[in-house]
Amino acid sequence: MSAAAVTSAPSVEARELGPVLPLRAFPLVGVVLAGLVVAIAGDWPWALTFYHVVGGAMWTSIDLFVGFVVGPILRTMPVPARVEFTKRFMPMMLVLMPTLVTMTLGAGFQLARQSGHLSTSDPRHAWVVASMCVVGVMAVVALALLSPANLAVLFELRKPQPDPLVIGALMRRFVYAAAITGAMQVATFVIMTRLAS
Amino acid sequence: MNDRFPPVTQLGAASMAFVAAGVIVVAAYLPKHAPLAAPIACLAVAASLLGVNLVLIARARGFALWRFLQVMRWGLLAYAVVAGMLEYTFLYDHTRGAVLAIMTCMLVLFMVNVPLLLAFTVARYERS
Repeated sequence: MSAAAVTSAPSVEARELGPVLPLRAFPLVGVVLAGLVVAIAGDWPWALTFYHVVGGAMWTSIDLFVGFVVGPILRTMPVPARVEFTKRFMPMMLVLMPTLVTMTLGAGFQLARQSGHLSTSDPRHAWVVASMCVVGVMAVVALALLSPANLAVLFELRKPQPDPLVIGALMRRFVYAAAITGAMQVATFVIMTRLAS
Repeated sequence: MNDRFPPVTQLGAASMAFVAAGVIVVAAYLPKHAPLAAPIACLAVAASLLGVNLVLIARARGFALWRFLQVMRWGLLAYAVVAGMLEYTFLYDHTRGAVLAIMTCMLVLFMVNVPLLLAFTVARYERS
C-alpha cells in the first residue's frame, strides 16, 4: 500500500480521553469468571446450573430488550439524546455481554458433559448439536457484526466532533444484530426446554 | 456513509461461519473422533477467505491503517489469551493427532478473524 493511501493519525489523538472500557467493572467480571472456573473445576451441578441459567436468562433478556424495546425507542429520539444514551450504554454492553455469554456457554458445555447429552449414544444428543448450531449462528452475528459496531461507536464518540450519521448507522447495526440474536434465542428456548423435560 | 471499502465484514463473517461449522462437526462426535473431511474443507475455505480479506485490507485506499493496526494489536493480544485458554482445554481433555491439529488451526483463524473485524470496523470510520 502506498504511504499516501494511508491516513495519518490526527493530532487530537494526543488528548487524554481515558479508557474506552469501564475499567471499574473489570474486578467484578474477574470474580464472576473466577467463580465459573471454580464451578467447572469442581464439577458442582448447582453452581453450573446457576451460571448457565442466570447467564442464559440475562443474555436472552438483554438481547430481546435491546433489539425490540431499546432499538425502536432509540430511533424516535433526537440525535443529541441518542449520542448521550450511546455514550453511557455501549461501554457497559461491551463488558457485560461477553461475560454473560462466557458464563452461559462454559457452564452449559460442562452440564452437557455431566448429563451425558454430549455423547453420540445419548437419545437427546441431536438437541445438543442443534443448540451448537444456534450458538454458532449467534456467535458469528455477535463477533462479526455486533461487537465491532459496539467498539466502533465507542471510538467515534471519543472524537472531538462525533459524526451522528456514523453513530446512527453503527447503532442501527448493533440493534438489528441484537434483535437477530434475540430472535435466535427463541430457538434456544425450544431446545433447552426439550433437553430439560 | 462509507461504502468505498471492500466487503471485509461479509468475508470475515463467512470465514467465521466456516470455522463454526467445522468446530460443530468435530464437537458433534465427541467423545468419539469425527470424520475429518468436512472439518478440513471448512478449514480450507475459512483460511482462504481470511487470506482474501488480508489482501483486500492491504490494498484498500484511503484506509486508516494506523487505527486498524492499533485496534488489531490489542485485539490480537486479547484473543490470543482466549485462544490459549481454549488450546489448554483441548490438551487437558487429551485431544491428540489430526483432531488437535484441525482444532488448533480453527483457533488460529478465530484468533485472527475477530480482531480483524473489530479493527476494520473501527478504522473504516476514521477520518483523516
